[in-house]
Amino acid sequence: MSNLVFVAAAMLITVGLYAAMTRRNLIKIVMAVSVVGSGVNLFLVGTGYRENSIAPIFTNAPSLAMVMPTPQALTLTSIVINLAIVAMMLSFAMKIYQHYGTLDSRERRLKK
Amino acid sequence: MERNKSKPIVAAILFVFLLAMSFSIHPAGKPSETKMDDFFIAHGQEETGSNNIVAAIVFDYRGMDTLVEASVLFAAATGVFIALGGGKK
Amino acid sequence: MNKGLSPIVKNVAAVALVPITVFGLYVIAHGHLTPGGGFPGGAIIATMTALLLISFGTSWVKAIGKERLSMAESLGLVGFVGLAIMGIGKSFFNNFLVGQGLFFGNAVAFGPNPGWLGTAGLIPLMNMAVGLEVFAAISLIAITMFTAEVSK
Repeated sequence: MSNLVFVAAAMLITVGLYAAMTRRNLIKIVMAVSVVGSGVNLFLVGTGYRENSIAPIFTNAPSLAMVMPTPQALTLTSIVINLAIVAMMLSFAMKIYQHYGTLDSRERRLKK
Repeated sequence: MERNKSKPIVAAILFVFLLAMSFSIHPAGKPSETKMDDFFIAHGQEETGSNNIVAAIVFDYRGMDTLVEASVLFAAATGVFIALGGGKK
Repeated sequence: MNKGLSPIVKNVAAVALVPITVFGLYVIAHGHLTPGGGFPGGAIIATMTALLLISFGTSWVKAIGKERLSMAESLGLVGFVGLAIMGIGKSFFNNFLVGQGLFFGNAVAFGPNPGWLGTAGLIPLMNMAVGLEVFAAISLIAITMFTAEVSK
């Protein structure tokens, strides 16, 4: 069971996608997409992990065995893009509520 | 009714697929292809002068990624500003 | 117009405002020495905006002006691209300040060190530009969402 990190990432992604498929409330769908993004971030950070290593920062570093820095840099990109996606989806949800008066994605008014 | 029953099955297939993927890649803690990252750790401090190798990669080696990332954040803020009518009046 | 919460919350928010801002500025300025950088530091300073919005209401937004925040956002992005273009003599994103001995240009040898602020060339300047952009963008998103009229 050394791959627990990847199993946790797979569980997060599955839970998020299942919630995005089954929930009706638009805010809950946005939360589900955010959970999927968290799972992807966890997977990216877990990919670069090396055993008995420290963060790749030389300030007062106790040893020179360091984890891989590129997945961490890409995780930073991923976090910011996740934030942008969530902000856009929430603003569209607010716009839909303003226009139709409901946040239910299966309401008949939204389908016309 | 039919549709509601199929969703857990789809999620279960996806989970089994992801589980198989997570056990077929390298064991956690022992990555296999580390040439590029070893180069960054060994030379990044002398080439960029930055103690933080992640900052050296974000702003120097992979600067284009960061440029597009900042543009995405800019576009998101502009989109929220436009969508919620902040520019009117 | 949201009036904000009770005076207790307002006073606590006013006290907490200064440490939050100083910590965010520290994270931005030491982005090349410690964990952090422009993106987390800008987000930390932007939490100050959310705290002000919740505790003090929206009466101060007009004094700041959304246009000014939008201008700060554009300034950060233009500064970032401009700093990247300044090294175009060799390549885009060329870190030309390293090893010059000038502003932020001290050379560093390989290995652990206590961390000197005047190193890393363009990276601290880019951290500051990105920090300004992220702070303005997240503040703009928060203010726009908070002041939007949602009811029909």
